[in-house]
Amino acid sequence: MRKLLSGNEAMALGAYHAGLSLAAAYPGTPSTEIMESLAKFQGIYVEWSTNEKVALEVAMGASYGGVRALASMKHVGLNVAADPFFAVSVTGVRGGLVVICCDDPGMHSSQNEQDNRHYARFAKVPMLEPSDSQEAYSLMEWAFKISEEFDTPVLFRSTTRISHCKTVAEIADSPEMKRKQPRFVRDLHKFVMVPSNARSRHPLMEERVQKLSSYFETFPLNEMILRDRNTGIISAGVAYQYAREVFRDASFLKLVTTYPLPENLIHRFASEVKRVVVVEELDPFIEDHLKAMGIDVIGKQLVPIVGELNPQMLEESATNLHLLPQPDTPPSARTAEHELPPRPPLLCPGCPHAATSYALRRLGFYHIVPQDDPASQKQAAVHHKRQGIIATSDIGCYTLAVYPPLLALDTCACMGASIGQAHGLEKAGVTNKIVSIIGDSTFLHSGITSLVNVVYNEGRGTVIILDNNTTAMTGHQGHPGTGISARGEKAQRVVIEDLSRGIGVRDVNVIGAFDLPTIEATIRRCVETDEPSVIVVRGDCPLRVREKGKPLAVNLEECDRCYNCLRVGCPAISRDNDDVRIDTLMCVGDRCSLCLQVCHRQVIKVRDR
Amino acid sequence: MIKADILMTGVGGQGVILASDALAEIAMKTGYDVKKSDSLGMSQRGGSVVSHLRIGGQIFSPMIKKGDADFVLGFERLEGARWLDYLRKDGIAIINNLAIPPLSVVGGASKYPSVREVEDIVRQRTDQIHFIPGTEIAAELGNPQVLNVLLVGFLSFFLDIDEKAYVEDLSQRVPPKFLEINLKAFARGREEALCRKQTGHH
Repeated sequence: MRKLLSGNEAMALGAYHAGLSLAAAYPGTPSTEIMESLAKFQGIYVEWSTNEKVALEVAMGASYGGVRALASMKHVGLNVAADPFFAVSVTGVRGGLVVICCDDPGMHSSQNEQDNRHYARFAKVPMLEPSDSQEAYSLMEWAFKISEEFDTPVLFRSTTRISHCKTVAEIADSPEMKRKQPRFVRDLHKFVMVPSNARSRHPLMEERVQKLSSYFETFPLNEMILRDRNTGIISAGVAYQYAREVFRDASFLKLVTTYPLPENLIHRFASEVKRVVVVEELDPFIEDHLKAMGIDVIGKQLVPIVGELNPQMLEESATNLHLLPQPDTPPSARTAEHELPPRPPLLCPGCPHAATSYALRRLGFYHIVPQDDPASQKQAAVHHKRQGIIATSDIGCYTLAVYPPLLALDTCACMGASIGQAHGLEKAGVTNKIVSIIGDSTFLHSGITSLVNVVYNEGRGTVIILDNNTTAMTGHQGHPGTGISARGEKAQRVVIEDLSRGIGVRDVNVIGAFDLPTIEATIRRCVETDEPSVIVVRGDCPLRVREKGKPLAVNLEECDRCYNCLRVGCPAISRDNDDVRIDTLMCVGDRCSLCLQVCHRQVIKVRDR
Repeated sequence: MIKADILMTGVGGQGVILASDALAEIAMKTGYDVKKSDSLGMSQRGGSVVSHLRIGGQIFSPMIKKGDADFVLGFERLEGARWLDYLRKDGIAIINNLAIPPLSVVGGASKYPSVREVEDIVRQRTDQIHFIPGTEIAAELGNPQVLNVLLVGFLSFFLDIDEKAYVEDLSQRVPPKFLEINLKAFARGREEALCRKQTGHH
């Protein structure tokens, strides 16, 4: 059956057809839809785990129990799961274990651009890389087989353009889907990694890499295409597709087994062509290996080490290196005078993070900027909060509050970092008042341990937990605070304020997300105290709940054009010449009312329908 | 039709991805090879959205090369202009004549391009420009949300795919209570393209 599938859908379907029994994941772009697709299949166990480390440990347990299991995550998720990833490489598996990681070259929705192929070599784990949805589907069966045959986890590496692109795939009409019977067989030498046992496992890992390397020499999905022998291109993943597009006549060696590399196959290909070109996104992973093998290659001088690759980039660069003749690409349609305004993403109309962000902006500005003076705006953007509150922030939609006009945040690094960073700033002796901003899902992912740390080490930190009752940025997945499972069913709910009290925070506050005066007053109070405090700001994500209140409108006759309402950064409020307008289609009405609260003449009003 | 590279662009929430999903599915069922690539991630939050859709005999890259697109279908004027470098020489630009000013314009930091300026950019590449009052027509039909289907209808006039295939796909894709208006929007978009061809009006 021909189907148009995204890479993520294809991986999920491939795993399901391969007899998967259990899958665990934490959402993260571009990997999220793998679990969302798996959750639609019956007869397997699926869960959103609290974080990637937990997800991989759950999958590891299932594998020890003899069934096929997988964990999926985005590239930085594997950093969180690195500990179990290395551990399971040592112990090996029982049922096939596949770890899917999706890299994000170009950082469409990520904080860094790390190349996770290094993890395969680092942890001595075989790696497979599909170049389209067909391979994403077909390779999955192989991944489980390899895992079981070689007693190893398998790293299944995707990138944004593999995961999110849709391509046509031939899918089995009636796959066997034979799931294994769960059974744990005790084996202390294999599963208990006390040093004496681990020492005997290490040589086995080295041997495993050697065996895999020979096995991959004849792996059927690696493909050699010999045509024009002047240029021979070695490539993998989506970069292979770009290269096929641009180098129409060249010879190709497409690799889906990118660790360990099949060296004989590569030598054979290299001997067939005049010059070898490696086309790969990000780091020179294949290139370095080929150079160590003594093969002269053109690699990173062709494809930049930074950013996402695309066909025109490859073509331009190949032309510059005289690998291709000059194409007749038309010159840019836009000249300097055609500069167009950017359109960055924003907090949505009715976003429950907006009021807190606005409050932080004011608290951050308040020492240096007269509160409602638009003339100081520009200066404020440069010098903001030199004396004000420092807001360490985290990973989630609320990070968008760093953009103008809110400029509310000072840091954003990795999942859960905000609380530890604030504690460090405080203990280092920085005298500003400090708050940390973290979402509900992120707090439960990896903020809890940092809050325990603040309590234990007698910090004074104020932690603002923005609770929108979902994992919003990745498209509304459940988490322990929502009480909704990966299948969308009711589950046990972890109550964030109870948890905070339970670990010893005495000053715990819960505030409605649009109650601006209380939010601001509570932050002001909490940062002055000598003990840790938690402020849970709670309100549903408008993209999930989609309820509207009574519409709002500006009375233009009484409006003095102070434009305070524009400083909220709401996309539904715009300026039409001097007038302010509220787009009633976008506005969620008095469910939010933030603009109404900041309007000092109170000319924004609830309109009668 | 040997190949059609189509770049669809717009603002988060306009239904760009839905439209390209539908067209991709229709083309695949007609027997073509299809690849498509969307910008996802943060786009739902009012950002710029772009979808690359490639239809042909055998497709490699899921992304269109700059200067190669046969069609640029802009759901909004600024976004139509922003991605115009993807259009090939003498390709077809179809732009919904709607302005959604981004926040930088609202705040006064930058200026929204006029129809004239957008036309100027398009003319560097092609004379085949269609500015369509799509949002107005969709509103006339009773629901501005059907803009995406209306634009697919317009584009369908230029593609070598049987009209029935679109209707069939819509019937499966759209909930019954919205089917009639969607079918109307599709027909209206297609008719608009036919009209323009007959009158030679761009």
